[in-house]
Amino acid sequence: MAKDRKKIEFQKLDELPPMVQSQRSMAANPTGSWRNLKPVIDLASCIHCTICWKFCPDAAIDWVDDNPVINLDFCKGCGICAEECPKKCIEMVKEGK
Amino acid sequence: MKKVMMGNHAISHGATLARVQVIAAYPITPQTQVVELLSEIVADQRLKAEFIKVESEHSAMAACIGASSAGARAFTATSAQGLALMHELLHWAAGARLPIVMADINRAMAPPWTIWTDQNDSLSQRDTGWMQFYCQSNQEVLDSVIMAYKVAEKVLMPVMIVLDAFSLSHTYEIVDLPDQAVVDKYLPPFDYKYKLNVSDPHTYGGLTTPDWYMEFRVKMQEAMDQALVEIKKEAVEFEKAFGRRYDPVEPYMVDDADIVLVTSGTAASTARFAVDQMRKKGKKVGNLRMRLLRPFPFADVREHLKNAKKVIIVDRNISYGYHGIWAQEVKSALYGHSKVPVFNFIAGLGGRDIFPETFVEIVNKVKKLKKPDQELYWVEVKK
Ligand code: SF4
Ligand code: SF4
Repeated sequence: MAKDRKKIEFQKLDELPPMVQSQRSMAANPTGSWRNLKPVIDLASCIHCTICWKFCPDAAIDWVDDNPVINLDFCKGCGICAEECPKKCIEMVKEGK
Repeated sequence: MKKVMMGNHAISHGATLARVQVIAAYPITPQTQVVELLSEIVADQRLKAEFIKVESEHSAMAACIGASSAGARAFTATSAQGLALMHELLHWAAGARLPIVMADINRAMAPPWTIWTDQNDSLSQRDTGWMQFYCQSNQEVLDSVIMAYKVAEKVLMPVMIVLDAFSLSHTYEIVDLPDQAVVDKYLPPFDYKYKLNVSDPHTYGGLTTPDWYMEFRVKMQEAMDQALVEIKKEAVEFEKAFGRRYDPVEPYMVDDADIVLVTSGTAASTARFAVDQMRKKGKKVGNLRMRLLRPFPFADVREHLKNAKKVIIVDRNISYGYHGIWAQEVKSALYGHSKVPVFNFIAGLGGRDIFPETFVEIVNKVKKLKKPDQELYWVEVKK
């Protein structure tokens, strides 16, 4: 997570930068909240090929001790990792079940 | 140093002298030589720049946007369908306030398939937030690239340099190549206050609610107003440095003219030639060349057309179901300021030549009319 900066409130036009700039990096914007399906990895079948890690469009898969680990703060549940996994060992599971 | 070169190479030399740092382009006739020469210059290390080969014009503009966001001086060039393919990203470049400069070689839009000149490609991008400079000589093309970066980087808005296909792009003329040292003094390196910084990351252009969206648009409009001030200032500064002057509009014998022909691009120099011929026969005709489309030079247009009894706008473009596009612009600038009758002629679409006689015929026709009896007149079309 990026360092949390104080929220900047603009009052006047002059204070505004010329183009819209977020006050923090996207690390402070957890985009996982709208996920319907959640990827669950069966590490027993995983061959640690890093394909899921490379394909995830949100960089929501971390590589920890030679294992893929889904970061659910950012995973949007798109299922690309499950689709691309050569061992089909990622299952998309409905959230809230 | 004086050299004979085609308009396309004048662009490449202009970009080289401006020390552009990133070039991303996709080839399209009649633009190809612009980036062909630039790729050689970069390969020979005569210019320290990244040359990015891309798969489309959309990607070319995307690469320029990335480069400019990172604080690099970015350049591209295109034509016609290529420019149309960039459309979405033209809005992005301007909205993100990136001082990218691009050359558009005016080529008529397909279908039917064509490679010759008219202005519908660039004029269709009128409302994207890009400044547009219309050139009439290869020297002006080279000089405009250098001047464009100066203005763009001051107001943080992008610039399109516009020139006619073939009548400039592939036509050889004498061009004075300025000394690098003089250009460096005139155009300092780009120092971008808002550039991407990995140790202080931000997202640019993110979701903006109705609370603030409009304020960013106000800022763009203010930047364009400021751009007009800067362009006028740079006309003087550029002349001091290089001895050549480029104003927003170029009047020729307009002060005592009864009829003023308003033109742009290479048709303007042809019109001046025709004006000389008609003056010799005692006809009081003048020419106003439009160099700027955006920001639009309202005051200059009103000033130079204030004595005219009739105004003729010759458009090498058309907005189907309406007028030529320069006619719309000039008429709206005159509205409420002048009662002068305005005649609109459409000529030279798809690269059909516009000759001095074309202008003489247009003037002869208008002499017989008190005011326009048609919304527009087609020039030299087959019956
Ligand atoms: S479901 Fe999509 S977002 Fe989530 S980890 Fe897989 S690829 Fe990434
Ligand atoms: S793609 Fe499948 S097999 Fe490869 S590392 Fe990811 S989960 Fe393991």
